[in-house]
Amino acid sequence: MTFSTPLAASVQGDGLAGSAEAAPLIELNDISHSFGTRPDFAARLAISLKLGKPAARVQAVDGVSLVVRRGEVLGLVGESGCGKSTLGRIVAGIVSPTSGSVSWRGKDLKTLSSSARREAKLRVQMIFQNPYASLNPRRKAADIVGEAPRVHGLVEGGLGVFVDEQFRRAGLDPALKHRFPHQFSGGQRQRIGIARALAVQPEFLVCDEAVAALDVSIQAQILNLFMDLRERLNLTYLFISHDLGVVEHISDRVAIMYLGRIVEEAPAEEIFARANHPYTQALLAEVPRLETTKRSFAAIKGELPSPLSPPNGCHFHPRCPHTMPRCRIEVPRMKLVAAGHKSACHLNDAAS
Amino acid sequence: MNAAVLEVRDLRTHFGAAKAVDGVSFSVARGEVLGLVGESGSGKSVTGFSIIGLVDPPGTIVGGQIVFDGRDITHSSREEMRALRGRRMAMIFQDPMMTLNPVLRIDTQMIEAVQAHENVSRADARARARDALGMVGIPSPDERLRAYPHQFSGGMRQRVVIAIALLHRPDFIIADEPTTALDVTIQAQILAEMQELVAQNNTSLIWITHDLAVVSRLADRIAVMYAGRIVESGSVSDVLGSPWHPYTAGLIGSVPSRNRRGERLHQIPGMTPNVARLPTGCAFAPRCARADAMCAQAVPLFTAGMREHRCVHPLPEFRK
Ligand SMILES: Nc1ncnc2c1ncn2[C@@H]1O[C@H](COP(=O)(O)OP(=O)(O)OP(=O)(O)O)[C@@H](O)[C@H]1O
Ligand SMILES: Nc1ncnc2c1ncn2[C@@H]1O[C@H](COP(=O)(O)OP(=O)(O)O)[C@@H](O)[C@H]1O
Ligand code: SF4
Ligand code: SF4
Ligand SMILES: [Mg+2]
Ligand SMILES: [Mg+2]
Repeated sequence: MTFSTPLAASVQGDGLAGSAEAAPLIELNDISHSFGTRPDFAARLAISLKLGKPAARVQAVDGVSLVVRRGEVLGLVGESGCGKSTLGRIVAGIVSPTSGSVSWRGKDLKTLSSSARREAKLRVQMIFQNPYASLNPRRKAADIVGEAPRVHGLVEGGLGVFVDEQFRRAGLDPALKHRFPHQFSGGQRQRIGIARALAVQPEFLVCDEAVAALDVSIQAQILNLFMDLRERLNLTYLFISHDLGVVEHISDRVAIMYLGRIVEEAPAEEIFARANHPYTQALLAEVPRLETTKRSFAAIKGELPSPLSPPNGCHFHPRCPHTMPRCRIEVPRMKLVAAGHKSACHLNDAAS
Repeated sequence: MNAAVLEVRDLRTHFGAAKAVDGVSFSVARGEVLGLVGESGSGKSVTGFSIIGLVDPPGTIVGGQIVFDGRDITHSSREEMRALRGRRMAMIFQDPMMTLNPVLRIDTQMIEAVQAHENVSRADARARARDALGMVGIPSPDERLRAYPHQFSGGMRQRVVIAIALLHRPDFIIADEPTTALDVTIQAQILAEMQELVAQNNTSLIWITHDLAVVSRLADRIAVMYAGRIVESGSVSDVLGSPWHPYTAGLIGSVPSRNRRGERLHQIPGMTPNVARLPTGCAFAPRCARADAMCAQAVPLFTAGMREHRCVHPLPEFRK
């Protein structure tokens, strides 16, 4: 089906997209992060009297290594609670990981001076799922967008002119800048979040479910804006989403996450054509696609296990149709299965 | 198809000046699944609430008729509607906590729901509740009955709500975006179960969603809402395969899988209109590439066989 609207014009050129030669902008090396569930007073008392066990810890991110190259869009996919947002926050420098290292342009953040670290952090901005909760309801849109660049001394000329320019870039009418967040629609609020992030001239955007709360037509507008901005500002993205259709559309490469671990990583076309990991295969089978004939749904069995007590060995083994004895004991390592395509599944050993 | 279980004729539900639903007509046959789609604010939920008699004040049904099983229920009393809701029709909401009471155990709530409409012993009611939980795929239902809602995951809670909706084998269910907040894997499980249960019991179903992909696999027929009206309806293959209304075409075009990877998505420009200030003519005109002077006049309903639409310049290139 084709629509002959002027908007259908294709975006020319892929820039540095997906080219293996581009230098890593961000590199995560064996990153782990755990959260303690905060014990209440009674539990703390019990622990201090040695009557109770210390509260369980959630291993939100478990030994993740990942590279995002300059100019590419890396899609990060996984079910709720698997650790996508936590990983995104680590990349954006909002959360410091419990262990492992993060490098920015090849330099370990820990070895940078504090001013260089601040500078690196400013270069990575995050856009959140809920465009309402992430905007301060008592501040006007202009202040929300203008504050960080003013504080960081990034504004040349008048602040008013600067803010207008940021509004236009995100597709918002500057005439609306004196309104409060609740006076905007969901799509417009997401544009304010984008304008705020871009105002500090980042090179890297972490988008965490940035279009999940939007209707399909507004979602299309915002996705187009992300693609335009990528072209114009040469941005690099970590694009977190549970929506495989969106990820397939926008990403050059895709990483699949399951209970804190990356289980597969490959160029987008490759992963959608030849998924290797049984979890990825199951996920892809369940994406509701637009069809014109009624079809029955086939479902993966079982719920997502509790991250408080993940299964041993391969985390996916209780739901996997190919589980072997060693899957219950041994954690599968990420291995190259094709050019640029890595997967963590014991089946790949059996095959070779 | 057999006779209609539900017939909605020219329904108008307004909230003061806001014409949330303004002239909606459709019918649902026994065993039929109707997908009701549209953007947020288009009036899908208000249509559902109007049918089951749960419109919040200041909302009122100011016109039209709702006929259920041959009976006009448009202005039935609260008691009549309550009796009908438990037994013959049920609604499943996006947020399962709209149905579940957080401070009561699941068994208490389900036994109450059974006994509210049927004169059965507590033990029998409990057995019915257990069977219903088992039917929607909740493992070890006997133990799970003793749990509180917060001890379930979101997907499990939604299944409990579906089990409650199915307790009395209703003839008709309205499901308002019940899987929108869930993960794809859990969504697929629930859709599979719903599809099977509805087919087994010959239940009629209205599935409200803004996700065309879900509806495309689940529904027999589809009705597209825009600004309080149905702008196009017909079989899923007709409407999604060759839409006539520019809004439907725009919605389909915005779905990422309908676009070439990495290219700009087809987008509908502009925003959803304010239903308190609708024009006389087509409400989609400010966003429509085909709009002209004719569209400023009231647009009648056009009918062709099983298909209907409200557009004076339907998309000819899609006609086969
Ligand atoms: N501040 C916190 N304290 C305790 N546990 C947390 C905290 N933040 C996240 N977690 C836990 O860490 C795990 C990963 O959470 P995270 O928010 O990264 O998941 P996610 O993949 O983004 O999920 P979703 O798709 O629902 O957004 C979950 O089990 C979550 O409950
Ligand atoms: N309780 C209410 N009071 C006032 N307006 C309402 C109320 N509920 C819904 N509306 C309005 O009715 C219109 C349709 O709403 P709704 O049916 O909830 O949309 P949908 O379910 O399609 O997203 C919207 O403009 C909404 O703001
Ligand atoms: S390692 Fe074993 S359990 Fe895990 S995905 Fe592979 S086959 Fe399945
Ligand atoms: S009636 Fe006119 S404005 Fe409305 S959808 Fe049809 S062509 Fe567009
Ligand atoms: Mg998250
Ligand atoms: Mg709704």
